[in-house]
Amino acid sequence: MINTIPINYYIFLSAVLFIIGAVGVMARRNAIIIFMCIELMLNAVNLLLVSFSTLHNDPSGQVFVFFIMAVAAAEVAVGLAILSVAYRNIKSVDIDLLSKLKN
Amino acid sequence: MLGYSITQWLFGILSFLAIMFALMVVFTRNPVNSVLYLVMTFFCIAGHYLLLNAQFLAVVHIVVYAGAIMVLFLFVIMLMNLNEETEQQKTLVTKMIAGLIGGVLLAVMVGTLKGAEQMQLAQGGASQIGMVKVLGVVLFKDFLFPFEIASVLLLGAMVGAIMLGKKEIKS
Repeated sequence: MINTIPINYYIFLSAVLFIIGAVGVMARRNAIIIFMCIELMLNAVNLLLVSFSTLHNDPSGQVFVFFIMAVAAAEVAVGLAILSVAYRNIKSVDIDLLSKLKN
Repeated sequence: MLGYSITQWLFGILSFLAIMFALMVVFTRNPVNSVLYLVMTFFCIAGHYLLLNAQFLAVVHIVVYAGAIMVLFLFVIMLMNLNEETEQQKTLVTKMIAGLIGGVLLAVMVGTLKGAEQMQLAQGGASQIGMVKVLGVVLFKDFLFPFEIASVLLLGAMVGAIMLGKKEIKS
C-alpha cells in the first residue's frame, strides 16, 4: 500500500504557518513573542525543505535543515541576551519603547 | 476509512493542530502560554517530519527546539516576570492592518501556487534518506566546510551572548 500526499498540501501548510508567523511579528508588541514568531517562520521553511527532500529523494534538503537549526539556535542566544540587557536598562521588552535603541 | 488512508488522516490532523496552535501563539495574551503553544506546534511539525520519513530530523527537532530553545525562552520570560498584566497590546487598527496584510500575502501565495504541478510524495515506503547513517555521510562529505563554519558561528554566538549578558565592570 502506497500512501501519498501531494506536495502542494505541504506547500500550502508551510505558507499558512509562515504567514501566521509574519502576522505575529506585525501584530504583537512583546519582543520575545516576535522572536517566537520568527522561529515559527523558520520552522515553516524547514518543513518545506524536508518535504522537497522527500519528494526528490535527496538528503541535502535535510542537511540544510540542520544548518537552519544551528543558525536559529545562535540567533536566539544572541537575541535573548540583547533583550535581557535592554530589559535591565528600561525594565520592558515592549518594542514601541525600544524603537529608539538609545535610552 | 472514508476513502482516506491512515497517512492522509494523520497529515490532516497534524496540519490542523499545527495551524491551531500557531494561531494560539499569536493570539494568546500570556507570554508563558504562548511559549507552551509554540512547543505544541513544534511537536506537530515533528510529527510531520516522521510522516515524511525524516526520523532523525524529527528527534533532533524535538531535542533542539522543544528541549533547548523554548526552555531558554521560558527562562527569559520568567526572569522578566512577564504576564498578562504587563503585556502591552497594539492598537486595534494596527492589528487589523496586520491581519489584512497577512490575508493579502496568503491570497498571493495561494493564487501563485494553485496552478502548480501536482506531484505525489511517496511516503511510508522503505526510504532511507532520513536515517542517521545517510545524513551523516552527506553532512561530512558534501557539507563539511559549512559544518565547520556552523561550529564557528555557534562559538561566536556563545561568546557574544556571554559578553552581552555579563554585568559591566565599573572601571
